[in-house]
Amino acid sequence: MPRFAFHRFWAIVLKEFIQMRRDRMTFGMMVGIPLMQLMLFGFAINSDPKHLPAAIRAADQGPFARTLVAALRHSDYFTLVRETASEEEARRLLQLGDVQFVINIPEDFSRRLLRGERPTVLVEADASDPAATGPALAAVAALADTVFDRDLPGPLRGLHARPGPVDFQIHRHYNPENITQYNVVPGLMGVVLTMTMVVITALAITRERERGTMENLLATPVRPIEVMIGKILPYIAVGYIQVTLILIAARYVFDVPMTGSLVLLYAVALLFIAANLSVGITFSTLAANQLQAMQMAFFFFLPSILLSGFMFPFRGMPEWAQWIGSCLPLTHFLRIVRGILLKGNGLLEIAPEIWPLLLFVAAAMTVGVKRYRQTLD
Amino acid sequence: MSAPLAIDVSGVTKRFGAKTVVNAVDLQVRRGEIYGFLGPNGSGKTTFIRMLCGLLTPDAGSGTCLGYDVRTQQAEIKRHVGYMTQRFSFYEDLSIRENLDFIARIYDVPERADAVQRSLKRLGLQNRSQQLAGQLSGGWKQRLALAACLIHSPQLLLLDEPTAGVDPKARREFWDEVHRLAADGLTVLITTHYMDEAERCHRLAYLAYGTMLTHGTLDEVLDAARLTTWRVTGPDLRSLAGALRGRPGVEQVVAFGLTLHVSGRDAAQLAATLAAMRDSRHEWQQIRAGLEDVFISLMNTAKDNFA
Repeated sequence: MPRFAFHRFWAIVLKEFIQMRRDRMTFGMMVGIPLMQLMLFGFAINSDPKHLPAAIRAADQGPFARTLVAALRHSDYFTLVRETASEEEARRLLQLGDVQFVINIPEDFSRRLLRGERPTVLVEADASDPAATGPALAAVAALADTVFDRDLPGPLRGLHARPGPVDFQIHRHYNPENITQYNVVPGLMGVVLTMTMVVITALAITRERERGTMENLLATPVRPIEVMIGKILPYIAVGYIQVTLILIAARYVFDVPMTGSLVLLYAVALLFIAANLSVGITFSTLAANQLQAMQMAFFFFLPSILLSGFMFPFRGMPEWAQWIGSCLPLTHFLRIVRGILLKGNGLLEIAPEIWPLLLFVAAAMTVGVKRYRQTLD
Repeated sequence: MSAPLAIDVSGVTKRFGAKTVVNAVDLQVRRGEIYGFLGPNGSGKTTFIRMLCGLLTPDAGSGTCLGYDVRTQQAEIKRHVGYMTQRFSFYEDLSIRENLDFIARIYDVPERADAVQRSLKRLGLQNRSQQLAGQLSGGWKQRLALAACLIHSPQLLLLDEPTAGVDPKARREFWDEVHRLAADGLTVLITTHYMDEAERCHRLAYLAYGTMLTHGTLDEVLDAARLTTWRVTGPDLRSLAGALRGRPGVEQVVAFGLTLHVSGRDAAQLAATLAAMRDSRHEWQQIRAGLEDVFISLMNTAKDNFA
């Protein structure tokens, strides 16, 4: 067998670039997908929802009750849209979904507070979406401890509700304000790369077979490895354009902190891009047509997005799901990106996430090259 | 590279699963020869060609193509063979020039720009070199494919049904070009369904159900068939054909336009049968069996043996 020949490899690279340029639709997708995902995940989707509509049913209009209502409003989690006196109406508002919460202040609230009897404020929540109500409810609990600090000065301090048997202290590192975008936008880099790189390359060889050009290519002296790398290289360039787009948006639109080295990030991104491209190429050697290649790409994309820790916290998943997640390149890349950008991690800290990526690339490439040889026989 | 034979293989066999697609085929093609490959659809012609140019590895058999072993030196073979696939297989989203340039780069053709320019000139496409291949008509696509197959100056050209779907004028020009190339010393193996094209080959072979049924020059093939054919003209040929079928000695009755070809391998028995059938309304004349008569006869025989 002849060795790897640069002129053949380069012929493939040039051809791919020309075809990429001609295929306006695909080229548009490669830039459009990251932008659209940035808009969706960056602006539209928020796992810490605020300004949720709430109704107040206050049977006590005393100053303490008013302080409490003001504090709730200031927490930003609630927008008080309604005041009602009727329990029935409150229930109906919840049922219709007009409000997410109903806050019930009992009629003897001020009196019992002054007597130190720990009056009960009932917060009724529409908890059908726990993600929507969770943070707001946590804010209420925290509020109870501090809301009357000012209203109960000096001798009345004793009326302060006693703290519970356990004193929870929560320190939030890296993202103290719990800004979703800090977590989501860097993660998006991995998601966008997975989506476009796998799909586009999965189609690359399948398209050659479907259009009949593969037979021609195989009849020339070109070698499998030359075709593979020649096809991958142009898309690595596309991947870097996507990374850059997202980093610019992260920095200037979402104000994501960038504490670590961008050079390191770009270097590791190469590995991740290569991982996804080799998956795509491998799919395209397995699929009989472009539709199948597309389906395989989605088969890979779904667990990637669900089990990698992008959508849901990785540690919250059962062990078997974590195992699957650990086999996916996106899982490791997410930790690397978030680590570098938010925590300022260096090479040493991200090393444990790099070798699984290397292993993955090697495995996928081997399968791809092996499968490619057999295509006509 | 002074071997007199461009292709010299024997016993070449290819199986896909339980199905034997090419069964122990022997083939010798001399250098500078135009060799025609005929046979019904699915007879294994394409598979056989793919084995010659290194796209498939034979399951059995051995031999050489341009002096290189077809089993072990496929990479060498690919470098010196031009293979034109049945279906247009260049990039429709690349222009004519880009396609030629791509192939030239793959083969590392020396002085690439010149080679591409020469090729364009021979195609008569200098002015349309920026046009996308996908926008070309069938005839032009075929010429582009031929030019691309020739750009690395191969010694052997394998053409798989190159003229399917091409109009008669373009077909004629294509064959003139093939003959010019052969005159320059290029060996050409070509598959076709057209009898007039088969007659333009130096030698030909007929393949059915993976087996080579006959081969040789046109005359050799016709003589070897030992087929006697009578041509009948006159009215109401359809009912006459029905009456003739199944009679002793009558092996095939085929309508050719306004005439009927009645053939059989036992000349005496056929003549006896026809003598009894003759009437004054029809004109009966014994002719030399044509290539088509021979191939239909071969195919029917093969069907009996393999079906």
